[in-house]
Amino acid sequence: MTEQTEGEIRSEVRAWLEANWDSNLGLVEWRLKLADSGWGVPTWPTEWYGKGLSDGMGRMIDEEFERAGAVTVARTGIRNLAAATILAHGSTMHKEKFLLRILTGEDSWCQLFSEPGSGSDLAGATTRADMKGNKWIVNGQKVWTTSAHHAQYGLLLARTDWDVAKHKGLSYFILDIEQDGVDVQPLRQMNGHASFNQVFFTDAVIEPEFLVSELGDGWKVATTTLMNERRGADGLRKYAKATEQPGRAYAEEAEEIAHQLEPYKWYPQRAGRVDLVIQRARETGKLDDPTVRQEIAKLLTLSKTTQWTAMRARAAQEQGGPPGPEGSLGKLSASNVARKAALVHTMLSGADAMLTGDDSPLEGVIAEILVSTPATSIAGGTDEIQKNIISERVLKLPKETRFDTDRPFREVPRNIVE
Amino acid sequence: MNFNFTEEQQEFRLVLRRFLEDKSPTTEVRRLMETDEGCDPEVWRQVCQDLGLTGVHIPEAYGGQGFGFVELGIVLEEMGRALLCAPYFASTVLAATTILNAGTEEQKVTYLPPIAAGDVIATLAFTEDNGRWDNEGVEMTATASGDGTSGDSYTLNGTKSFVLDGATASQIVVLARKPGSTGDVGLSLFMVAADADGLGRRKLKSMDPTRKLARLEFKNVSAALIGEEGGAAVPFARTIDQAAVCLANEMVGGADKLRETAVDYTLLRVQFGRAIGSFQAIKHKAADMLLEVESAKSAAYYAAEALDDDTEDWPAVASLAKACASDTYMQTAIVTTQMHGGIGFTWDNDTHLWFKRAKSSEAFLGDSHHHRELMMQRWQD
Ligand SMILES: Cc1cc2nc3c(=O)[nH]c(=O)nc-3n(C[C@H](O)[C@H](O)[C@H](O)COP(=O)(O)OP(=O)(O)OC[C@H]3O[C@@H](n4cnc5c(N)ncnc54)[C@H](O)[C@@H]3O)c2cc1C
Repeated sequence: MTEQTEGEIRSEVRAWLEANWDSNLGLVEWRLKLADSGWGVPTWPTEWYGKGLSDGMGRMIDEEFERAGAVTVARTGIRNLAAATILAHGSTMHKEKFLLRILTGEDSWCQLFSEPGSGSDLAGATTRADMKGNKWIVNGQKVWTTSAHHAQYGLLLARTDWDVAKHKGLSYFILDIEQDGVDVQPLRQMNGHASFNQVFFTDAVIEPEFLVSELGDGWKVATTTLMNERRGADGLRKYAKATEQPGRAYAEEAEEIAHQLEPYKWYPQRAGRVDLVIQRARETGKLDDPTVRQEIAKLLTLSKTTQWTAMRARAAQEQGGPPGPEGSLGKLSASNVARKAALVHTMLSGADAMLTGDDSPLEGVIAEILVSTPATSIAGGTDEIQKNIISERVLKLPKETRFDTDRPFREVPRNIVE
Repeated sequence: MNFNFTEEQQEFRLVLRRFLEDKSPTTEVRRLMETDEGCDPEVWRQVCQDLGLTGVHIPEAYGGQGFGFVELGIVLEEMGRALLCAPYFASTVLAATTILNAGTEEQKVTYLPPIAAGDVIATLAFTEDNGRWDNEGVEMTATASGDGTSGDSYTLNGTKSFVLDGATASQIVVLARKPGSTGDVGLSLFMVAADADGLGRRKLKSMDPTRKLARLEFKNVSAALIGEEGGAAVPFARTIDQAAVCLANEMVGGADKLRETAVDYTLLRVQFGRAIGSFQAIKHKAADMLLEVESAKSAAYYAAEALDDDTEDWPAVASLAKACASDTYMQTAIVTTQMHGGIGFTWDNDTHLWFKRAKSSEAFLGDSHHHRELMMQRWQD
């Protein structure tokens, strides 16, 4: 088969959508069609529901879906990461069993990595999986688990060997959440929402065939998951736009999105809502205050330069260049924006900053900004860790001496978790 | 200027700290912040009667202890540290100080002893929906019922908001103006009983649940004048500057507590096989925090001392101290959360209790931009 040009692919997908897209189909029914045709996940390999096309072509095909108003395969949440990890490291059985139901949205997934004792130091996980009577028996605790309360499966990083160095003793499993040994409890945040869970394992069971890749390969596999998480960090938001047009597929998709996103309503607030600043300055009559103007200008500068740096990084990648330093800077920059935005919103709100809930301006959105922005510099790797990465990997400064990788994990000092 | 606390003052602080550590652990703070009253009656009784704190800066002639703002500052610093849930700031700092500044001898004798004894919880209602902290923002009207001679009764109309403990106080000192007047002119202070006809009180949802706020609506509420009719501008402005000094002292208490908990945590928390406090990135944050908190403490202490000495520059220093405390408390809260990592963002961790107090105090009585501007207007070479 010869390489198709962009124009050829575009007209092909357009024709296919014209012939097949029907908003009156059931959501699952339509997505099965998508999986069958390869247009649902064109960047996936042809043997697994895709067309083996490049990311660039994938974006172009997305445009065609948008143009046609066609619903896509399920893309929200951790199921994306599950799919990417299974495609890269899963067995044929894993692919057969899980991929299709990920695309149709019938299964939800969660990521069981962070623990109370290991956050920045993810490889310090102490949740254990022990082989007993030909089954893996899991004990321990995970935390900050998004979606665990409605997920069917979890991507689990657990320690299987305590006598080797920390990164070498981890293994990666697919865990059935809906079993007795798994207890999911909501975790409440300082902003009052409970968007995450703590997951407790008491002799939870995993059949041996649900080990992903080899025993002791857990860190390598987890790295794939994390890389995809970073790459698609804004995916959750980008694809989560329900339309209000009539049609069964639209209605079912809107329901799916509402259900999935309900605990994350405050997410835009944690980034600082720079978009509201001018409007608020106008409403509060402070737009002409020279002090306020200076602070707003500083915030907008931070926010714009963050966006432009990200766009430079993306453009460089699209040209096939190696990822430049701009990529690692985005996360750090976002923290600065969030902190500054909280400051500006406080300044604009004056006495109203003392209020919360629906007594706070914009139906509580302002208060939510003020108590949610601290998450930005912690979630997904703290600012301090980002700075270590930038200085050591980008700037190539000498690495911090480590005391935790040169000995069996058993001997590494760690937190005492009850 | 005295840069040392006396031995008695240090002893006083120690007694308070022990008392508050015992009576206001965060389990209690969490329990009380969910209640409407926001205060434990038995602890409040001890604060008032056993320790006499409600009258600390009220002269003995009016039933108080007769100390100054330095001692009041110590009380507030310790209460801010312990996040004590009580109407102390409303009653002793705002209401009593207003009466001290504005009231006639007779009114002081009448109103202050019950406040000093803690039998009456009073508050000051001055800010309105426009959120302004100064005289100019006052729109509430006070109409004299008679011919304008003294002894008249007055009728209040309008709205007050952001009133500390406004839903639970039994007496409310209210700032209002003569209809048609503007600015500093025509302002008077009044005493209103909380159960007065025509007074509607609604609890506001406060960012900081340990400090209750209310919105009060006055519809033809009858009120008794405090001090001179039309003469409230000066004593009120003095009250707010004094309150700013008090708040600054309360805030540095909270900031200092946060700083301590942050450092304690970095010694306990292990990542990468070592205590996170062993990472220079964390050490530098801890050192910066110490510098900032100690600087803000210096400002708060200096302001209280300047106020007691009635130095010429004290109002400028009051604003300096409030601005400094606002920025420092918030910054310390942000860094403390950060140093705790994910746990610092959870409800179960105590950091957010102080974080929210910091946020609310940052705005209360005017934010740091407001106070830096005042400071510059008042600064004398
Ligand atoms: C809102 C939110 C959402 C989250 N979502 C998820 C999620 O979906 N999935 C998931 O797995 N996790 C999630 N997390 C967890 C998050 O990834 C961790 O909280 C984060 O990585 C920090 O780890 P920690 O909480 O253990 O803090 P710690 O690692 O204990 O950090 C405490 C402090 O020590 C500092 N520190 C640690 N190591 C170093 C070092 N080497 N040098 C200098 N300073 C250091 C940190 O920067 C921090 O200031 C979420 C957290 C939050 C707050």
